[in-house]
Amino acid sequence: MTSPIAVRGIDVDLAGRPVLRQVDLDVAPGEFVALLGANGSGKSTLVRATVGLVPTAAGSIQLFGTPLARFRDWRRVGYMPQRSSAVAGVPATVREVVTSGRLARRPVVGFRTRADRVAVDEAIERIGLAHRHDSPMTELSGGQQQRVLIARALASQPDLIVMDEPTAGVDHENTEILAAVLGGLASEGTSVLLVAHELGPMRPLIDRAVVMRAGRVEHDGPVADLRTDDHEAHAHLHSSQPPQHDSLSGEGPWR
Amino acid sequence: MDLLNYEFMQRALIAAVFTGLTAPAIGTFLVQRRLALLGDGIGHVALTGVALGLLTGIAPLITAVLIASAGAIVIELLRMYGRTSADVALAMLFYGGIAGGVLLINLADESASTLNRYLFGAITTVSVADLWLVAILGAIVLLLTIGLSPQLFAVCQDEEHARVSGVPVRLYGLLIAVLAAVTITVAMRTVGLLLVSALMVVPVATAQQLTRSFRATHLVAMVLGLLAAVLGVVASYEVDTPPGPTIVMLALLAFGVAVLGRVLLAAVRRTRRGIDFVQED
Repeated sequence: MTSPIAVRGIDVDLAGRPVLRQVDLDVAPGEFVALLGANGSGKSTLVRATVGLVPTAAGSIQLFGTPLARFRDWRRVGYMPQRSSAVAGVPATVREVVTSGRLARRPVVGFRTRADRVAVDEAIERIGLAHRHDSPMTELSGGQQQRVLIARALASQPDLIVMDEPTAGVDHENTEILAAVLGGLASEGTSVLLVAHELGPMRPLIDRAVVMRAGRVEHDGPVADLRTDDHEAHAHLHSSQPPQHDSLSGEGPWR
Repeated sequence: MDLLNYEFMQRALIAAVFTGLTAPAIGTFLVQRRLALLGDGIGHVALTGVALGLLTGIAPLITAVLIASAGAIVIELLRMYGRTSADVALAMLFYGGIAGGVLLINLADESASTLNRYLFGAITTVSVADLWLVAILGAIVLLLTIGLSPQLFAVCQDEEHARVSGVPVRLYGLLIAVLAAVTITVAMRTVGLLLVSALMVVPVATAQQLTRSFRATHLVAMVLGLLAAVLGVVASYEVDTPPGPTIVMLALLAFGVAVLGRVLLAAVRRTRRGIDFVQED
């Protein structure tokens, strides 16, 4: 099987400033990779470049063995942007938002098929909001909105899920639900690339952690190798948020 | 209904039907994209198109649709690639459009009343040729906004997610801008260039008071737009006012009623719940 993500030596400049330098990133089939680092370390830019939202100045990116510029099989990729504008100027229901996740599988013109409806229902079921499927997004809490965006990423039944800080600003209960959903996906063989500030309940799911620092990869290996207090506390020192040491004590059963 | 005996009124009413349906049909996407005032800006630019038509003897509707579309494309490109100065660039385009329009209309030796007709609409001026163009352009706008609504919804809801779904976001962004420009030309005879944006935005805001889903908002906004445009044209004939302001005041009235209705309904529900609570005690 070809690797869902193979990034080799990319450079990214934003507004004339170097943001990424010589970065490699791999996600193997079925692998759950966490991308960690402080604010401004370039982790978000790296995933955005990987899915083609940010142009690269050098290097190569392949998705499922196809160079990014020629990649068209977007139904295989479920993407969840960071702090997405879940609430637009006109209200939309949970079902409407999740249905837009099916676009990669639908022809340009045509009605929704039964398969579309079933996949959307399943995705909403999965994030545990089946009873809210006709609620407007505006009536949901921030954490519930994040779950809906996960469902949208799942609606195309992708082989790879890319999530940019899905747990940012989400309460503990919703984070637990997210972790359970991702655990289920991982056990089904879906590859996951997760950008996170802190791992929390996700920790036991992660096969490999990539830590970014100042636009370069600082660490790439098992989470066990991460001296937790070092790396994540370090990350917090450079962030605008106060250190939250309670989240660092996650001693999963797998350690 | 003796007004239907006048051919000019028949034409004005048909034009009103297309105006009332198309303006909210594209307007809903503009509001969703938080570009509610885009229509206003393109309307300003369209005035230069009208003036060019008057100056050169080409039908103003045709020059307006061309210049407005070109303006809309420039605005969208500035939005896509522009940085901090895009805001100011947009303002310049708007004011350039209206200043250029007024200057050229004067150069064409047209009177202030001609200018007024384009700015605020005039029901007596819809010719048969105009009506055909309005009907064809209106039908195209309706067909595309309804047929492509899944894509347009995705692009307006979350541009980045749409891009990673393989949707050609820039193309759809340009399409939305051009459809808005075409709609403005369709609506020009009925509501006029300065007020067309109101018919793109106000029925959508009214619909939002009553609906929970995007699809329902889209449909209800079109029905409300249709009612405002047709009733506005009738009222403007009856009381001899310009149609544009009449239509817009009707649309605003509907908004006021919808907001009031919603507030009252919420208050009634609260009171009922309060009473239930007391009884349970």
